[in-house]
Amino acid sequence: MQKSTQDYMKTIYSLSKNGEIVSNADIAQKLNIAPPSVTEMLKKLAEADYIKYSPYHGSTLTEKGLKEAQKITRKHRLLESFLSNVLHIGKDKVHQEACQMEHTLSDEAEESLCRLLKHPDTCPDDDKTIPACDLPFSNCEECIQLHQKGLEQIGKRDKNLVSIRDLKNGTFGKISFIRGEHKILQRLLDMGLTPGTKIQVVKIAPMDGPVEVAVRGSKLALGKDIACNVFVELET
Amino acid sequence: MTPQNNKPANSKNKTDLADTNKNDKEFIFALAGNANVGKSVIFNQLTGSNQIIGNWPGKTVDRAEGVLNFEGYEIKVIDLPGIYSFSTFSMEELVSRDYIALEKPDAVINVVDASVLERNLFFTLQLLEMNAPLVLVLNQIDVAKNKGIIINKEKLSEMLGVPVVFTTATRGEGIYEAVKEAVKIANSKPKHKQLKYHKDLEEQIDKVQHTIEKEKLFVGYPSRWVAIKLLEGDIEITKLVAEKSEQIIVQLNAILTEFEKHHQEKCFSTIASERYALASSIVASSFQQEKSAHRFTDKLDWFATHRIYGYITALAVIGGLLLWTFFVGNTFSDLISQGLNLIYSVDPEMSASAPLLSIIFNGFWGGINAGLTLIIPFVIPFYLLLALIEDSGLLTRVAFMMDSIMHKIGLHGKALIPIILGYGCSVPAIHSCKIMETRRERLLAAFAITFAPCSARTIVLFGMVGLFVGIQWALLLYVVNLVIIFVMGRVAMKAVPGKSTGLIMEMSSFKRPSIKIALKQTWIRTKSIIYVVFPIYIIGSALIQVLYIYDILTPISNALYPLTVLWLGLPAFAGVLLLLGTVRKELIILGASAILGTTNLLIGFTPIQLVVMALVAMLYIPCVSTIAILGKEFGWKSAALISLANIGTALILGGLTFHILNFFI
Ligand SMILES: Nc1nc2c(ncn2[C@@H]2O[C@H](COP(=O)(O)OP(=O)(O)O)[C@@H](O)[C@H]2O)c(=O)[nH]1
Repeated sequence: MQKSTQDYMKTIYSLSKNGEIVSNADIAQKLNIAPPSVTEMLKKLAEADYIKYSPYHGSTLTEKGLKEAQKITRKHRLLESFLSNVLHIGKDKVHQEACQMEHTLSDEAEESLCRLLKHPDTCPDDDKTIPACDLPFSNCEECIQLHQKGLEQIGKRDKNLVSIRDLKNGTFGKISFIRGEHKILQRLLDMGLTPGTKIQVVKIAPMDGPVEVAVRGSKLALGKDIACNVFVELET
Repeated sequence: MTPQNNKPANSKNKTDLADTNKNDKEFIFALAGNANVGKSVIFNQLTGSNQIIGNWPGKTVDRAEGVLNFEGYEIKVIDLPGIYSFSTFSMEELVSRDYIALEKPDAVINVVDASVLERNLFFTLQLLEMNAPLVLVLNQIDVAKNKGIIINKEKLSEMLGVPVVFTTATRGEGIYEAVKEAVKIANSKPKHKQLKYHKDLEEQIDKVQHTIEKEKLFVGYPSRWVAIKLLEGDIEITKLVAEKSEQIIVQLNAILTEFEKHHQEKCFSTIASERYALASSIVASSFQQEKSAHRFTDKLDWFATHRIYGYITALAVIGGLLLWTFFVGNTFSDLISQGLNLIYSVDPEMSASAPLLSIIFNGFWGGINAGLTLIIPFVIPFYLLLALIEDSGLLTRVAFMMDSIMHKIGLHGKALIPIILGYGCSVPAIHSCKIMETRRERLLAAFAITFAPCSARTIVLFGMVGLFVGIQWALLLYVVNLVIIFVMGRVAMKAVPGKSTGLIMEMSSFKRPSIKIALKQTWIRTKSIIYVVFPIYIIGSALIQVLYIYDILTPISNALYPLTVLWLGLPAFAGVLLLLGTVRKELIILGASAILGTTNLLIGFTPIQLVVMALVAMLYIPCVSTIAILGKEFGWKSAALISLANIGTALILGGLTFHILNFFI
C-alpha cells in the first residue's frame, strides 16, 4: 500500500470515533490537501474497498479498511511512544518523526517495539488509544511467552478489535484481548471479563471519564486507562 | 457463657477430635463474600453489640469479630474482608484465604448478592475448591425480586452441593435459617461434592495433584487447591511449595509449558474462564430474569450519570452534605452550649485567683465542653447524611462522574469517598483510604485529606472569619482551599514516584437507604472519633491553662516573633495559638478567647489578621491525631514529610496573603 493511501486511512481512522462518517472537508483540512484531490483519492479508496464513500456525506472505513487503518495507526503511535519515552525526543516533534518512520516499520519490528515498551496503551502526544495488535492472543503474557514461535506460526486474528474506550453508549461486544500487566488483567478476569464474554457498553462518562460496562449481570465502571486496554470484537 | 456451664457434650457428630480444648457447643463461623453484598449488615445482625473491631495481626486490614449466642451454642463470628477472588495477592485476599484454609472455621457463610449471582458464584467456586464448610446465603433478595429475578433455591443447592438460604439482611429476614444451616454444617462437617471443570483443565489439575500427593507434600492447604493455585501461577503458594520440593515445581513447569503451548492461552486465564463457565452454567439452570418494567432506579441512574445533570447531582451531593452539616451543626452546637452553660460556665477570671481549680474547671471542663459543642453536633449530622448517601448508591455515581477530574491529581473516582469524609474528620478519612488499591494512591489521598477543611477547621474558619469579617470571606477561603487541594495534589502526584492504577468499581444498583443501618454506621464512626478526640481535647485544654497560668506563653511568642509578626503580620500571641492548634484546630479559637479574655476576637485582631490567621490555621499542620494515624498507616517519615508540606504551604500562602491584602486594603 502506498504511503499516501496509508496517510488517508490513518486520518479517517483518527477522525471517526466509533465508525462515524468523516466529511471530506475534515480530511482535507487535517491532511492539508485541496478538497478536489481529496475527493478523487477517496473514490479510489472506495473502489479498492477500503472505505464506503457517499458523495455529500463522507466516508466510513470498511472492515478491510479498518484493519489497514489500525495497523498504520498502531505503528504510528508505537513509534511516538518510542521516540518520546526511550529517545526522549520532545512531544511536539514525535508526530512528524513518526509519520516518516511508520511506513517502513515491519510487522515484526512493530511487535518487538510493543514488547520493548511494555505494551503501551496510549500515545504520548494526544493520549489516544494505541490499537491492539493483530496477533491471536488474549493477553500480553501469552505474547511474551509464545512470540518466539515466529509470526507465521502464530497466525493472525481475523476480526478487528476496538477498545471499549472508543465505543458508543449501548454497543455490544465480545471480550477478545486485554492489554497490560498481570495484576490488572487478573482483576478484570476475576470480575468476569474473560475472553469470549459478551458485554455491553452502558455509558461513557463525559470528559474522557470511566466506561460503564454490563457484564455477567453486573455493572462495572472502568477508568479510562483501564478501558483503553480492554478490546472487543463488535457484535453485528 | 463459660464452657463449664454447658451441658455435657453431645458427641454424636464429633469429627474434630484433635481439637480437644474446644467445647463442641462452641463454634467459629466466618462471613465471606464480595464487597457490598451486605456482609456487614449480616455481621451486625448476628453479633449485635458484642463486637471487637481491630486489625489482622501485622496487617492494615480491618478485622471484625463478634459473639453470637444461638440455641445454646456460643459462636464466634469473623467478618472477612470483601473480596472477589483469591488471586490478586492483595492483603485482604491473603488474610481471607489463610484464615479459611489454615484456621479452618467450623462454617463459612458465603454471602452473595442475589441479583449478581454469576459474578458472586465465581468466588463461591473458589471457596469450594478450598473445601470450606459452606453455607450459601443469597442476600438482597428484595432487590433481586424488584429486578424480576427468580432463583430456584433447591436447584442451586443441588448443583453446588451446599445449603442455600435466602435473606434480606436489612430486614433481618432469613438470618435465623442461615445460622441454623451453618450450625448443621458445623456439626456434621459433610464431605463436599467435587465440582469439576472442563476435562482439559481437570487433567492438568489431576496431574499436579497426583505429583503433590506422590511427593507427600503438605503445606496446610488441600492438595487439589494447591494444584489449582500452582497452575494459576500463584506466587505465594509456588514459593511455599518450592521451599519443600523442587521436584514438584519442575514437573509443574513442564505441565504448564505443554498446556500453554497447546492452547495458546495462559493457564491462569483458562482457569478464570473455566470458573466462569461453570458459574454461568449453574446460573443458567437456576436463575431466571423476567423482563422488568422500566424502573424508577433506572431513571435515577440515567439522571445521576448524565453529562450535565450528573455534574449537578455531584455538586448537589457534596455541597448539600457540607451545608446540611453546617446548619444542623450550628443549631445543635448553640443548643448544647446553652445547656452546658446552665450547668457550669467556664470562668476566665478564675485563673488568677485559684490556679489549680482553674486547670480543673476551665481546663478539663472546658475541654469536654468544646468536644460536646464543637465536634459532636457537626460530626453526627455529617456522618448520618453521608451514610444515607453511601447506602443509596449515589456516591458511586458521583465517583463515576468525578473520575476524570480526580485523575488530574493522580487519583481515581473512588478517592472521592475518603476525601469527602475528610470534610468531617481527617482521622476516619485517612483510615478509609484503605479502599484505594496501592500505597501510592492511599498516600496521595491522605495527603489531599490533610488539606481538606475538617469540621474543626471549618469551625475556625467560620468562627474567626465568618463571624467577624463576613461570611463571603469565609466562603472565599473555602474556594481557595479547593484550589490548594488541587494544586498540592498535582505537586504530590509528580513528587511521589509510580503510576496510578485505574478505576475498577462496581456500580451497585440504587437502593432505598435504611435509616436504622445509617444510624448504626454513624454511631460506629462517631464512637471512634470520641475515643480519639475527647482525651486530647481535655488534656489539651488543661494544658492551655497550665501554660497560661505559669506564663510560659511569652517566651513562645517571642521565639516565633519573626514568623508570626514579621512575615504573617499577626499579633505576637498568635505563635502560641498556632502551637495549641497542633493539638486540635479549634483550640486556636479557644485559646484566643482565653488569652483575650473575651469571645470578641476583634479586640485582638484586625480583620486582615483574622483572614490570615484562619488561612494559616486551615493549612499549617495536621492535628496530632491526624499525624498519629498518618504515622501508623504510612510510617513516620511520610507523616513528617506531609506535615512539612502543610507547614510550608501555610507559611508561604499566609505571608503572601498578608502582604497582598495589606497592600490593597
Ligand atoms: N435492600 C437491601 N439492601 C441491603 C441488604 N443487605 C445489605 N443491603 C445494603 O447493601 C449495602 C452494602 O451492605 P454492607 O453490609 O455494607 O456490605 P459489605 O460490603 O458486604 O459489608 C448497604 O447499603 C446495605 O444497607 C438487603 O438484604 N436488602
